[in-house]
Amino acid sequence: MVTIHIDGTSYQVDEQQNLLEAILSLGLDLPYFCWHPAMGSVGACRQCAIKIYKDENDTQGKITMACMEPAKEGTYLSLNDAEAKEMRSHVIQWLMTNHPHDCPICDEGGECHLQDMTVMAGHAYRRHRYNKRTYRNQYLGPFINHEMNRCIQCYRCVRYYRDYAGGDDLDAFAAHNHVYFGRHEDGVLQNEFSGNLVEVCPTGVFTDKTLKSHYTRKWDLTTAPSICHHCSMGCNIIAGERYGSLRRIYARYNGKVNGYFICDRGRFGYEFVNSDKRIQQPMLRKERNADPEPTDKQTILRHIAERIQNNDRVIGIGSPIASLESNFALQQLVGENRFYGGISNSEDRLVKTVINILRQGPARTPSLKEIENADAILVLGEDLTNTAPMMALSLRQAVRNIQKKIAQKLNIPYWQDAAVREAAQEEYSPCYIATPAGTKLDEVARKSMRLAPVDIARLGFAVAHRISNDAPGVDNLSKELASLAAEIGESLKGAEHPLIVTGTSCRNENLLHASANIAAALKNAGAQPSISFTMHDANSMGLAMMNAGTLAQAKHEVQEGNADTVIILENDLYKRIDEDAATEFLDQCQHLIVLDYLHNKTTSKAEAVLPVSAFSETFGTLVNQEGRAQRFFEVHIPAEPVQAGWQWLKDLSTAAGKNAMSDWQNFHDFTRHLSNAMPQFKDIEAISPPPGYRVADQRIPRQSHRYSGRTAMHAHHNVHEKKTPQDKDSAFAFSMEGYRGQPPPSMIPLFWSPGWNSAQSINKYQIEVGGGLHGGDPGKRLIEPQEKADSPYFKNIPEPFEPGENRWLTLPGYHIFGSESLSMHTPGVAERAPGPYLSINDHDAAQLNIKDGADATYVVADRPYTLAVKINASLPRGVVELPAGLPGLPTAILPAWGKFSEASE
Amino acid sequence: MENVLTKNIRPDQRPVSLKEYEEAGGYQAARDAVKKKTPKEVQEEVKKSNLKGRGGAGFPTGVKWGFVPLGDDAPRPKYLVANADEMEPGTFKDRVLLEGDPHLLIEGMIISAFAIDAEVSYIFLRWAYKKAEAAIEKALAEAYEAGYLGKNIFGSGYNLDMFLHTSVGRYMCGEETGLLNALEGKRATPRAKPPFPQTSGLFGKPTIVNNVETLCSVPSIIAKGADWYRKLSATEDGGTKLYGVSGRVNKPGVWELPMGTTMREIIEEHAGGMRNGLRFKGALPGGASTDFLVNEHMDIPMDYANVSNAGSRLGTGTLIVLDDQTCPVGFVLNLERFFARESCGWCTPCRDGLPWVERILESIEQGDGRNEDLDLLNMHTKYLGPGLTFCALAPGAMEPLQSALKYFAEDFERHIKEKRCPWRH
Repeated sequence: MVTIHIDGTSYQVDEQQNLLEAILSLGLDLPYFCWHPAMGSVGACRQCAIKIYKDENDTQGKITMACMEPAKEGTYLSLNDAEAKEMRSHVIQWLMTNHPHDCPICDEGGECHLQDMTVMAGHAYRRHRYNKRTYRNQYLGPFINHEMNRCIQCYRCVRYYRDYAGGDDLDAFAAHNHVYFGRHEDGVLQNEFSGNLVEVCPTGVFTDKTLKSHYTRKWDLTTAPSICHHCSMGCNIIAGERYGSLRRIYARYNGKVNGYFICDRGRFGYEFVNSDKRIQQPMLRKERNADPEPTDKQTILRHIAERIQNNDRVIGIGSPIASLESNFALQQLVGENRFYGGISNSEDRLVKTVINILRQGPARTPSLKEIENADAILVLGEDLTNTAPMMALSLRQAVRNIQKKIAQKLNIPYWQDAAVREAAQEEYSPCYIATPAGTKLDEVARKSMRLAPVDIARLGFAVAHRISNDAPGVDNLSKELASLAAEIGESLKGAEHPLIVTGTSCRNENLLHASANIAAALKNAGAQPSISFTMHDANSMGLAMMNAGTLAQAKHEVQEGNADTVIILENDLYKRIDEDAATEFLDQCQHLIVLDYLHNKTTSKAEAVLPVSAFSETFGTLVNQEGRAQRFFEVHIPAEPVQAGWQWLKDLSTAAGKNAMSDWQNFHDFTRHLSNAMPQFKDIEAISPPPGYRVADQRIPRQSHRYSGRTAMHAHHNVHEKKTPQDKDSAFAFSMEGYRGQPPPSMIPLFWSPGWNSAQSINKYQIEVGGGLHGGDPGKRLIEPQEKADSPYFKNIPEPFEPGENRWLTLPGYHIFGSESLSMHTPGVAERAPGPYLSINDHDAAQLNIKDGADATYVVADRPYTLAVKINASLPRGVVELPAGLPGLPTAILPAWGKFSEASE
Repeated sequence: MENVLTKNIRPDQRPVSLKEYEEAGGYQAARDAVKKKTPKEVQEEVKKSNLKGRGGAGFPTGVKWGFVPLGDDAPRPKYLVANADEMEPGTFKDRVLLEGDPHLLIEGMIISAFAIDAEVSYIFLRWAYKKAEAAIEKALAEAYEAGYLGKNIFGSGYNLDMFLHTSVGRYMCGEETGLLNALEGKRATPRAKPPFPQTSGLFGKPTIVNNVETLCSVPSIIAKGADWYRKLSATEDGGTKLYGVSGRVNKPGVWELPMGTTMREIIEEHAGGMRNGLRFKGALPGGASTDFLVNEHMDIPMDYANVSNAGSRLGTGTLIVLDDQTCPVGFVLNLERFFARESCGWCTPCRDGLPWVERILESIEQGDGRNEDLDLLNMHTKYLGPGLTFCALAPGAMEPLQSALKYFAEDFERHIKEKRCPWRH
């Protein structure tokens, strides 16, 4: 820490920061545009002008850009100096010469950093009396709207898109006051993180096109903190609603998890909540073959109560996308031993293996933020951009760690972004990626290898052996892989923060074992490794931690006649197991009761369907792949009789005369009972304050103090203002009244601070800019490794992959847009998804005489698929890739051997 | 005075061949430096000569070289770049050297590259200099053929490659960091300093960017010594200087003269004085981005310190003369139009301030000026000043404007008052 003097007051600041960061971290205001806490300084906009003095006695001073000046001991500076203020107001004046001043029709209005900075810098009177320049806007795809006339040329968009997110189809064109930010031609922005442009752009050039289709001002949204449900990373989001529909998703800053950003699936995949496929009424099938008919809450409860009352043949099937509380409520309803997990056996086994590895622990699982500190990385089997997008974004930052050292050597502070990138060029920390097919991250990898999953595992085992001789070695390893293993081993061993990333998407247990061995070997060699496992769903980890039975066991119970009534919670089994197996199982269930929010194949088989809330309509707790339990809150109340899964299950229990949950009054009671009932969840109650929590006797309002239309929005039904709904489940209020200061970090419904209406107000919620939130970043880690010196090595090393004669190992190929079914209800996401295809190596294709783009018939798991062939030269020979999770493509449990049918050969 | 820079230049400006160049003693200095001296010794000699950068900034060349890390630990490769992107309006001095004596530049570059122990060098040439391009291409081929470039040059064990890069023609490429970005294939935006190119330059490696005239001065310093070179000058700053004159004089041109020759001598003797019936009103002493000098400055020696004391900069040393029958507002408008167009668009004051200045001047010139326009122009001259913008382009653009507003205030006021340009009929 160093002492600096600002307008006569002395402050302690971090000398690693530049003056702008130091000033903002102190809670003072200084306008800026081109600087971004995640992207550092480039000194382009000249907005953060301050006066710096040589010493105490200097009265002259010199105007300097705060963002380009390190915080040095004994700096004397002024924010209030008249010349500095005038400079700041002139910068706005210049920026405004061409800005269209179209705030009333601009989607950014009300959360526009340019508006805020204009007010802050004090420029109010237009003296420029000439015409403005105009631009032609571009079509940038289904997610992002482009309005270049508003541009103030801060260069943040290209710096974010290209330098931070690794995109290459957005650039700066032309020169002088006609610089243009866009694509080389109209077209869909290809980067998977393009949505962050909406928040990175300080004004309305890049705005959310999905929001535009049902536009609402920020101040008119009802918002609450939420957790993204579209993969296992658990990114923190803010969801906003108006008139009963979900309008948009914004990134919610969490210094330990997603930081400032989220991926496009997380940002734009929310529209399923508003889908016309939502189940809005309970549906009841009076006889087995009759059509289901809508019914009311009492009827359906009575009907199901009859089925489960005094019936010991009821089982429950939980879900890896439902909350802990809903899963727990189901378990309470059916009994601990009659609760099953609802995922395929192979996945169940993998997830439980992960948990065992993490618990026994050669290594700790890092948060996303910690992943950014890794200085040597090995990725085994995961196409992260598609299976865990935000981890891919974190790895893109991690590989730059070596650049910190290069910069340090040249005395360049790391925040001086352009200079660091110039000095370091394309020098990256070692990152090795072994996957079946090429991945987008390969471009930052030192080496990337294309191998079948067992060979990836063998490489991993060999790396472990190379690091520590105690780890079992691999026989018959090719020379090439052996030398690669040596290189990777040396690189991980020599690193300060070595990281191994793997996951369940290859569905190969050997990979998990190999990763564990590497971590254990590193630990034995004195290094401090971390190990990160990606998973399939938002609560895969949480569900697995509940130690539920497997789907196969559930099936067995039904087949044996031990179960006749099956309650399925928010889980389309057709996405979990082989299509025929799902049908067979569901047909065997005498009474099938399904709770879900979207109609799907499983609900279509049900005797009774209960309409449950989507994530934005209820509360819950999810455990992400790091083992971090995080809470999401109800944003808006669904139309009756839709209600939370846990609420339905409690109502069913009560209707059936059971006492298990009868005195649980609110959501918090579910959480509390769960944390009491299962020691692995003991910390989850403390994630957020209880419903009785108040600040100065007030609740936390979900609505901004500018929320408009409250008295008018329902006037066409009734001129009397509706009573404000009471929230018994949390300390939030469905109201604009309440505590206006900063709420506890787990309960931030929107980022706002006086004078800071945009997402840039996050500065005010952080201990220091870019750092943790005041009060601690939300979420509780549930899994820490045991403090044992040595963990046993896995010894079951697989045989090398042998391409079959006329048979192909079929592997799932993942797609950020397409492999996750909820987000596919957003038309834009569906538009970005690939069509059904089958991928095969070019040599194999030649041998089979299959042409790229031609249809081929391929049989796997006894099911023929006729699909267009995409030749993918990166695939190893003998491997076929089928897209995972695409709607309309029947699920097969992969990996499996398949063959091309005669017709296509 | 003995000519250092132009001694080989023929009246018809046909380029000097390698043979002719060597017959005049060429490449001996490079041979001696590379074979008999250490890089440090070359640097010391140039430091002693007090050679200052001829691109306009006037930074001592030897001192600049001294910031480059030497020795085995130094990052590699290191680069030397000749800034031949002569795009300063009114400046055509490097062109004479490039077209007429390309081997002088190559020899200067060999010695300079050796002085910083660089292994790669580039000539960054203005797109429009087609004649120079042909001359340099031929000279480079000759030098490679003779073993003066490439591996083990002059049999010394020193390796140096030299490449010609013809740029696309932007004023920003003359700014040394903008030039480096352009050379890397990036947008020609400037870089923040520090880090200076000497430590992190081309492709992030130690790099020296020197002006053509600077580099061409080096062989004589090495051949004849720093003391000899210093004595060529009329003032403190060492050596000779290419001075040029454009505008309505009798004999516009460029001449090699002792550093510190007066403006009067340059205009009246060498440029043959003002054309008939015209009177000298003022001059930009070193290209478009320098402040006007007027009659009272006629007798000051044109060197770095004296021109600076007179409120301007020596810049490139090529005068643009304003006569009494040319409208100063139109004159400055023409310059500001150039600067506004050539702004790279990186920083706000330059990108959005210069076009505003241009339009105000246009209004005034067209008789649509308002009194408050002068306040706005003055505001820009202050807030587009050094340190407030990202690089020196906008502050340079303000130099002719601020001095015109000072020396020709009445002319601006007349435009506004009479709602017309008094020079137009």
